[in-house]
Amino acid sequence: MNTPDVASLALSIGMSVAAGLVGSFALMRRMSLAADAMSHVALPGIGIALILRLSPLAGALALLLVGALLIWAIERRTRIATETAIGVVFSVALAIGSVLASGEELIDALLGKPGTLVAWEAVLGVAAAAAVIVFVLRTRHALIVSLVSPDIAMTSGVDVARLDLYFLLAFALTIGLGLRYLGVLLMGSLIIIPAAVARRLSRNLNEMFTWSVAVAVLSTVTGTFAAMLAGRESGPFIVMVAGGSFGLSLWYRRE
Amino acid sequence: MATMDNALDVAGLTVRLGTTEVIRDLSFTVPRASSLAVIGPNGAGKTVLLRALIGALPYTGTIRWAPSTKIGYLPQKLDIERDLPVSGRDLLRAKAALSKTADGDVQRALADVGLDGALLARPIGTLAGGQFQRLLIAFALLGHPSVLLLDEPAAGVDAPGQTQLNELVRRLQSSAGITVVLVSHDLSVVYRYADRVLCLGRGLVCFGTPQVALTPETLSDIYGTPVAFHRHDEHAH
Repeated sequence: MNTPDVASLALSIGMSVAAGLVGSFALMRRMSLAADAMSHVALPGIGIALILRLSPLAGALALLLVGALLIWAIERRTRIATETAIGVVFSVALAIGSVLASGEELIDALLGKPGTLVAWEAVLGVAAAAAVIVFVLRTRHALIVSLVSPDIAMTSGVDVARLDLYFLLAFALTIGLGLRYLGVLLMGSLIIIPAAVARRLSRNLNEMFTWSVAVAVLSTVTGTFAAMLAGRESGPFIVMVAGGSFGLSLWYRRE
Repeated sequence: MATMDNALDVAGLTVRLGTTEVIRDLSFTVPRASSLAVIGPNGAGKTVLLRALIGALPYTGTIRWAPSTKIGYLPQKLDIERDLPVSGRDLLRAKAALSKTADGDVQRALADVGLDGALLARPIGTLAGGQFQRLLIAFALLGHPSVLLLDEPAAGVDAPGQTQLNELVRRLQSSAGITVVLVSHDLSVVYRYADRVLCLGRGLVCFGTPQVALTPETLSDIYGTPVAFHRHDEHAH
């Protein structure tokens, strides 16, 4: 059995904290399916990166950011729901991605393959996670007001369109962070399931953040160790632990 | 031209939703520290007008607010999921942070709207209609607005609460010099509290003091049916 090194542990914890925070707002903004769909946008990026012999992660990130911009622009121009815009962009991305990548590469991209962590990836990953965490905590007031009513957010001095764009970018970045561990298929779950557990247990924003982050970190750490013991990939184990905690939360009834 | 005395000048305002022209070539002014009531049947464009005024809808024509206007906006009924983990305190704290307001102001806004502080711990989706409405008015009051735009402020509020809110709006207008634009369905309240009234509906527009504008003839023109209402005189309760 291998033990995870400090860098990869720091990265997976950073990723989980970011996923817990972004997930809290994604769920409250009714973007729960979007997390799953959006992660598929990474596929063509991975495919293109493999063809060009670049880092798959960089390719995935680039496409995720382009996808976020595209979704934002479609939503603004046509005023159709984010969910719909994401749905269209993701299906097309999935189709293109499955043509570009093939066989084993595709399976790795879909399910995640930690492999060995190179230094620049670790540094970049931790920095990106920190950026997402700082963004959500700093803009939480604007995010809260705009989810209750974009109109009152506007009159409170919030640039709602810009906030939406930044949130989508943070969302895309968080998905990018998790691809390595969870892959395209499962990363959406780490964003949504902890937030869904938290929502059942919380009455206010601080509780929501606390539970969501706790469940995300716990799932990642426990899942990673469980996978190591079983000698398997960590992604499915992480999601199973998260799913288990959602199951447990169903017993709790908020008054 | 905007003059120093007007909080708001609107000229030739046209708002389209898709291909439908909801508001057409509307012009009116709102003097500072006065109150304007917007009335009209459902679908006449009252909410659309308010949303255009805050810049949430595209329009043609001009909307000119006095320099350094700060708007407190109360939207029409919001649908909040019961299990949304956002408490009243979260919402007020957010507004206080966005408008850089001191904590004392939050307390005063709560006292103004008559909202029990203990309710702030509850998720906003579990508040009764009138309680949530008071919370949103307190929200609008934070940050020292110079203008209040209220879309049916009394909706869902019990009768004593309605009187209290109407009096509050009146007091803010007269003592704090706040300009008020409100949508209301209660014509007797409009009669009693508004300095001017703007009627929207069926392509017709009236504008003036309630005494002049609200004749039975205009009302039946706007609503398309005779409208009976009790005129409060100065001493009515």
